Amino acid sequence: MGITSKPVVFAVLSAAVILIGSTVTVFIPLFMPSTQPVSAYVKPYTSVELEGRDIYMREGCNNCHTQTVRPLRTEVLRYGEYSKPEEFAYDRPFLWGSRRTGPDLNRIGGKYPDSWHYRHMQSPQSMFEKSNMPPYGWLAKNRLDTSNSYKKTSILGYGFSEQDVQVQISQYRSKVTADTYLSKETRDLVTPAELHHELTEMDAIIAYLQKLGRDVKNLETKK
Amino acid sequence: MSETGTEQYNFKIVRSFAFSALFWLVIGLIVGLWIAFEMFNPALNLAPWLSFGRLRVVHTNGLGLGFGLAGIFATSYYILQRLTRTALPFPRLAQAHLYLFNTTIALAALSLMAGMNTTKEYAELEWPIDIAVVVFWVMFAINVFATLIKRREKQMYISLWYIIAMTIAIAILYIVNNLEIPVTLFKSYTVYAGANDANVEWWYGHNIVGFIFTVPILAMFYYFLPKSTGLPIFSHRLSIISFWALNFAYLWTGAHHLMLSPLPEWIQTVAIAFSIFLIAPSWGSVINGYYTLQGNWEQLRTNYLVKFFIFGITFYGLQTLQGPLQGLRTLNAFFHFTDWVVGHVHMGTMGWVTMIISASFYYMIPRITGNQLYSIKLANTHFWLILVGQLIWTITMWIAGIQQGAMWKATNPDGSLMYSFLDTLTSLYPYYRLRFAAGVIYFAGILIFVWNLIMTVRQAPQKDEAEQPIQNKELQSWG
Ligand code: HEC
Ligand code: HEM
Ligand code: HEM
Repeated sequence: MGITSKPVVFAVLSAAVILIGSTVTVFIPLFMPSTQPVSAYVKPYTSVELEGRDIYMREGCNNCHTQTVRPLRTEVLRYGEYSKPEEFAYDRPFLWGSRRTGPDLNRIGGKYPDSWHYRHMQSPQSMFEKSNMPPYGWLAKNRLDTSNSYKKTSILGYGFSEQDVQVQISQYRSKVTADTYLSKETRDLVTPAELHHELTEMDAIIAYLQKLGRDVKNLETKK
Repeated sequence: MSETGTEQYNFKIVRSFAFSALFWLVIGLIVGLWIAFEMFNPALNLAPWLSFGRLRVVHTNGLGLGFGLAGIFATSYYILQRLTRTALPFPRLAQAHLYLFNTTIALAALSLMAGMNTTKEYAELEWPIDIAVVVFWVMFAINVFATLIKRREKQMYISLWYIIAMTIAIAILYIVNNLEIPVTLFKSYTVYAGANDANVEWWYGHNIVGFIFTVPILAMFYYFLPKSTGLPIFSHRLSIISFWALNFAYLWTGAHHLMLSPLPEWIQTVAIAFSIFLIAPSWGSVINGYYTLQGNWEQLRTNYLVKFFIFGITFYGLQTLQGPLQGLRTLNAFFHFTDWVVGHVHMGTMGWVTMIISASFYYMIPRITGNQLYSIKLANTHFWLILVGQLIWTITMWIAGIQQGAMWKATNPDGSLMYSFLDTLTSLYPYYRLRFAAGVIYFAGILIFVWNLIMTVRQAPQKDEAEQPIQNKELQSWG
């Protein structure tokens, strides 16, 4: 056999063989707009939601929670409308997940009020005794770091100006720290007093959870 | 005789990588037991860095990149030198490779516990660590190709093909999937969005598993099975066909991880077709393994190493049937996201991968230290413990997966769902407890393995026993 005595030729040939399937199923689709369509009804994350998303990644919530509802009857029944490709146009990275130890979260936005999430994140077991979700109370003890928020949104090409980002952050802060905030009582309960008037990591991750699937739900109510 | 004694080769590096592998194996398993416990009792989420979401990736990376890669480096450096009859051209580089590798894995584990996680499965490491991985991979590749170019044996034996393919494939996969734009030293965003990111990731994810947990393990199998039994591989032609078909087909199948997802349907369908096709080359190696022992099956009893190889390749055979089946759309609709897949994963890793690496180390370590194996009896105990542990582990998860899938899908006569999400989850806790117990059995086997090798190295050398020239010519003469 010729090539088994020619390591370099062998290596080049192996690379070629490996690259065929890669090119057809991965590299070419990257350049096809139909792989990841973009739709006007799906809006990018605000910088607070994006910070929340980064915390979701940091804590590895994706190891237990999926974010794709498959077009199967019982799945739609359990979680809501199945996931559409255009919903993920701003997702870098994607967070579809591969294990469903906890429920799918792609339609969690608007399912519960913020207060539910504050209580649940603080202690899932206080709501569901047998849940195996870890408690995340420490998120409420951490001030949200927004020093890179503008850089993040600009790397992701969300098209916000530095001022937009600042407005988004301060608006969200005003919302959750206002006396009129509907979930104020629970928020104050889980947040240490010195952070009552600041944005915490808990606020951000809840903002993110409340965004998930909202665009699709809004579209449906409009119809 | 082709082999001219130990001093010519650099086996120190083999030994260092072998013990690095054992170290990361023990760490990875302790973390595995920890997260297995957290799944039925969240009380172990004692601190942010011990919470399930952060630790799970320490388990997968510690075992895939730590244990898996170190085992591959150890055996590759050994096999390369032996089959080419050439000493490593750059021993200093190999030494640097060792240090960089272990530093990188340690930093990887710490950074994951600190929450620096890109969330792309098996590619969770942040960009500075990615760069370190690429650098140590290049260091490895330089020695691989330099050895091959300088080699004294004209023909390259099967195992070397698999090592070449792995070296190239992992480089391509790792770099393409990890293209990311840094925000800070500790944070980056991938360049791909949404469905494209998913497609790139699972092309990577499936193949990184293939080129860490299949291809190099086959390299070990094809080398150490004939070496330990003194029997040549059954069919050379079958190994050629299997090799090229496997390498061709593997790369088309990533989307079987994205069945019924928003990824374009044609990519999913192509993946199903190639997954089914993969049965052929996979079973090519299984059959080659079985037939190699043709007429010599008594070795299963008389040669303690043969058990590891034959059970290992059997689990590989089961894996490569189960995999394509669970990739079918209808079956995947049921099994995806369930514990069934976790069972699939661990039959591969705790069965096939650890059994072959165990036997390879048992073969190599005595030969490179010039000592006899400390205890064959302990090696047998190790075998039975990891076999029983693994079987209980995986079968439990398969049953759990079937129950989980069925409960998710169960509906009442009026069409409403029969079980809440928590009903299903809590009904699985008994399985999770049993899995933990099975993990403890398996872990005990691994501790015996490690102990046995440490004691082997610690014995005073008995040089006369060192080199048993078992049929060296057989492997070499294969064209
Ligand atoms: C060990 C696995 C696990 C991890 C890690 C985990 N969860 Fe959960 N999660 C669950 C389980 C199980 C449930 C269902 C029981 C419950 O509500 O507590 C759940 C429920 C939820 C729900 C309610 C879903 C619904 O539809 O009722 C939300 C929201 C949620 N988790 C968010 C998160 C976030 C955010 C993180 C990361 C910070 C996270 N989870 C990490 C297991 C996990
Ligand atoms: C004592 C033995 C082991 C125990 C207790 C254990 C435990 C676990 C647990 C609890 C999970 C998470 C499952 C889930 O999320 O539902 C997991 C996942 C995983 N483990 Fe292990 N493990 C063991 C051995 C191994 C070995 C030896 C390897 C590799 C060499 C390995 C590789 C993996 C991988 C790759 C995953 C991810 C699977 C997926 O994403 O589907 N494990 N393990
Ligand atoms: C022909 C061979 C194989 C095929 C076609 C195959 C197919 C599959 C499929 C379809 C899944 C995804 C299931 C799901 O999420 O719904 C899967 C998961 C997995 N398989 Fe295999 N498999 C094969 C062999 C192997 C082998 C030998 C191993 C060795 C350990 C392995 C390790 C894994 C791992 C680690 C995962 C989990 C990925 C994740 O979700 O994190 N597979 N496999």
